[in-house]
Amino acid sequence: MQAEAALGRIGLWFLLLLGSIGVMLGAKDTPFAIQAGMIAALALVMVFMTASRFDPAGKARGFFHMPEGQSRYDDDPVRWATIATVFWGMAGFLAGLVIALQLAFPAYLNFEPYLNFGRLRPLHTSAVIFAFGGNALIATSFFVVQRTCRVRLAFPALARFVFWGYQLFIVLAASGYLLGITQSREYAEPEWYVDLWLTVVWVSYLAVFVATLLRRHEPHIYVANWFYLAFIVTVAMLHLVNNMAVPVSFLGSRSYSLFGGVQDALTQWWYGHNAVGFFLTAGFLAMMYYFVPKQAERPVYSYRLSIIHFWSLIFLYIWAGPHHLLYTALPDWAQTLGMVFSIMLWMPSWGGMINGLMTLNGAWDKVRTDPIIRMMVMALAFYGMSTFEGPMLSIKFFNSLSHYTDWTIGHVHSGALGWNGMITFACLYYLTPRLWKRSRMYSLRMINWHFWLASLGIVFYAGSMWVAGLTQGLMWREYGADGYLVNSFADTVAAIRPMYLMRAFGGTLYLAGAVVMTFNFIQTLRGKLREEAPMTETPYDPVADRPLTAVPAA
Amino acid sequence: MDYNTLRQLADSVGLAAMAVLFVVLCFWPFRPGSKSANNKVANSIFEDTDDGE
Repeated sequence: MQAEAALGRIGLWFLLLLGSIGVMLGAKDTPFAIQAGMIAALALVMVFMTASRFDPAGKARGFFHMPEGQSRYDDDPVRWATIATVFWGMAGFLAGLVIALQLAFPAYLNFEPYLNFGRLRPLHTSAVIFAFGGNALIATSFFVVQRTCRVRLAFPALARFVFWGYQLFIVLAASGYLLGITQSREYAEPEWYVDLWLTVVWVSYLAVFVATLLRRHEPHIYVANWFYLAFIVTVAMLHLVNNMAVPVSFLGSRSYSLFGGVQDALTQWWYGHNAVGFFLTAGFLAMMYYFVPKQAERPVYSYRLSIIHFWSLIFLYIWAGPHHLLYTALPDWAQTLGMVFSIMLWMPSWGGMINGLMTLNGAWDKVRTDPIIRMMVMALAFYGMSTFEGPMLSIKFFNSLSHYTDWTIGHVHSGALGWNGMITFACLYYLTPRLWKRSRMYSLRMINWHFWLASLGIVFYAGSMWVAGLTQGLMWREYGADGYLVNSFADTVAAIRPMYLMRAFGGTLYLAGAVVMTFNFIQTLRGKLREEAPMTETPYDPVADRPLTAVPAA
Repeated sequence: MDYNTLRQLADSVGLAAMAVLFVVLCFWPFRPGSKSANNKVANSIFEDTDDGE
């Protein structure tokens, strides 16, 4: 029986091998042939592994010290996604540092054609948003939905397919960028065939999540799951509409969008801003609503506020996209609509931030004693700061100065490094000991080091980009007495070079923090515990150690 | 259904329906008797053992 199943699997992999070799031979362009060759290589490896009864997943489970035996919840996909989060995080941060250095030293670091800035930049954004952030969302959503519903994951095989299928999507997208395959849509660069593959994976993700919710042993669905579900459903819708395109050939990588001109631009930014709103905000707020109360050991400050937060975010975010197209060919009413909804978004965002921070009410001492809580507080503080800055920048007056400058880059990174990064690190530190059945992380002091390195890195990053953005914006709009522009574009680039160096320094600090985390993570997986002094000590003071005596009234 | 009909539907009935739905959903957790239910749900994540076994 087992031999027959193995034979069947070999047959399927073999068919995939033949099919992809056929596609490779008939491909219309070289990059497409290379991608088909990658699939063929994968199928070939799987044929041999299945034939030799080599179990790569089992071996890898041993390598990563994953606990054996059945437990109450199905945590294997969560463990895989946790490892992938750490791995892609390091890859994405490193790519970010490389492109920051490319901007600072363009003459020395421009590696044509595969590693030039234009190809590495989407590699960086996709690696940090979709690979690092996406795997963190898969890990935490599968972890949280099982615990809050008190039921194992539905469709365990499909859940594993979601994880491995998503990794294939990442590899195809990233290698495609380096080969020059792109449909030139911000945060949606992968071409039609990778988009179709992601659709299959994403529908499976939705099926696993919804089926788990339906099988729950709890009457109510905890609010974190509302945010996860909104994230999964909305990203599916955004992905489908934004990627409506016709391939030039089914054997080639090129495709053309169904929309043209300003409609195309608006579809793109409707997608782009809601990728921020539902991928980087709703999904990560779901983490906040579960992991902050759990780590603080106190229920969320106001459950009612969390529900208002949810509905306001859902109803308002979807309209904010046009603020990316102020002062363009987009009709004026649509620009104003985008601006007004962006400003209204400030309220639910701060409601959510206050809800998260006030959860610590009565337990603020934990900020001093618990580095994980400290990271969560910093994440929420940056969530608040970037959701204030965002609405402000979407006001036409500010936008006319800030748009197309590095101020935007600084804003994005205070959100991404501060909010998404910090809350993800905090969740990783919460999850790792529990998933690997360790009593704690290898080192608490290293978490503290990570916190300070990352915070200082963000300060350098955001600070330098503010100065750079304002410098650019003011230089671009400077007119002389005779009505000509005073500065050329190259003048503004030269003026902000010191800021580029400071930004690269900030990125180095942030990456250094992530290296400390990775070391801490690996040691925890290996089951080591660092012997170290506790984070805080209260030394004995004999003078103070006596009962308070009432002073008799004179 | 041409563009103008859809547009008029969207900025009259559609807009009103969305606004009413939004307000109802926001006030839903404030309906009488929901306070204890909300507290119960907020604390539900602390019940039971989370790490399995």
